[in-house]
Amino acid sequence: MPQIAQLAETYASQIFWLLLIFGFVYFVIGRGMVPRVMDTVGLRDKQIADDLAAAQSARDASDEAEEAWRQRENANREAAQALVNEAKAKAQASTESRLATVQSGIDAQLEDAEARIEASRAEAAAEIETVAAEAAQDIAARLANISVTKTEARSAVKKAMAHG
Amino acid sequence: MHQFTIEPLLGSNLDVAGFNIAFTNSALWMLITAVVLWIFMLGGMKRELVPGRWQMTVETFTGFIDDMLEANVGKAGRKYVPYIFSLFMFILFANLLGLLPLGIVGVHPFTFTSHFTVTGVLAIISFSIVLLVGFYKHGFHFFSLFVPHGTPLPMIPIIFPIELISFMVRPFSLGLRLFVAMMAGHVLLEVLSSFVIDGWNAGAGFGLLVGVPSFLLMIGICALEILVAAIQAYVFALLSSLYINDAENLH
Repeated sequence: MPQIAQLAETYASQIFWLLLIFGFVYFVIGRGMVPRVMDTVGLRDKQIADDLAAAQSARDASDEAEEAWRQRENANREAAQALVNEAKAKAQASTESRLATVQSGIDAQLEDAEARIEASRAEAAAEIETVAAEAAQDIAARLANISVTKTEARSAVKKAMAHG
Repeated sequence: MHQFTIEPLLGSNLDVAGFNIAFTNSALWMLITAVVLWIFMLGGMKRELVPGRWQMTVETFTGFIDDMLEANVGKAGRKYVPYIFSLFMFILFANLLGLLPLGIVGVHPFTFTSHFTVTGVLAIISFSIVLLVGFYKHGFHFFSLFVPHGTPLPMIPIIFPIELISFMVRPFSLGLRLFVAMMAGHVLLEVLSSFVIDGWNAGAGFGLLVGVPSFLLMIGICALEILVAAIQAYVFALLSSLYINDAENLH
């Protein structure tokens, strides 16, 4: 086993070169290069974290803006709705009042007309009575040679008309 | 066993204060490992916001060590990332480079993690960090590590030496585990390949009977060795971070 057989003659060289070369590895690679590599990783992680945080805050801001916009939109919609309702109510009211006036006018005209019709009818009825009385007087005089007074004829006509 | 032999390549007579520090094939492979690791890490230095595959791989490895220390030591573990990362990657690359089938082109890779002089030094470095951090942070209170929480008073004289011994054994187990695992794997592959070659040399019958099954087994063991190379690097780094946790947080 050369490890033991050559121990006495080679140990110094082994230790010397190992310390020299491992020292180089430790100081140049371990201390010089490794921290920089880890810094790069750290910087990248930090950048990723920062980007994520920025994205999160932007998202929050957009959510907030959207919420504000929604509120504004809702308020606007409500105002518009109220305006429409008001106009509708106003229009309804004016329509109703106009209808009422027109209706009352029509009613008055109707009443007037009815009264007039009633008057005409009464007039006509009276005329018919007079005519009927005269006719009855005339008929009686011609057929039975009875002279009936105007008053008698009128009362007889009235009776007959009342009987229908 | 030839693959574990250390051969001086340059300055075989280079002596400093009586110690021979010749540049050997072992040192060469340490250098290759460091350079390959350095080139690998260069891919992670592009510092792009959207990483490519290479940068992503490097970042995965640093993130892996960072997570391991975070899980085992906590927030205070971050300052050990350079050390544990160097340890893990150095051992991992050494193990994997040692498995490269460079013998095909006539070059022999050398797995320096199969030498306990190397793994021992790495284990001692880890252990020293534990001791330094432990005594620096907690002073003599660090000795309470050897008295688990809630130990009855009469048990302390017995528990204390046991815990102390198990603590002192840590660098040995840490270093030996890696050395043994790497060496065993390489020896196993060498033995099986000698079965294949010697079997065919002994004739077609032996070749079919011994060589072919051994070769099939070798394919499986090669995959297993790649796994072991990664696992042993991971175990070394994991145990180091667990020991550092003891020093840092002192249960």
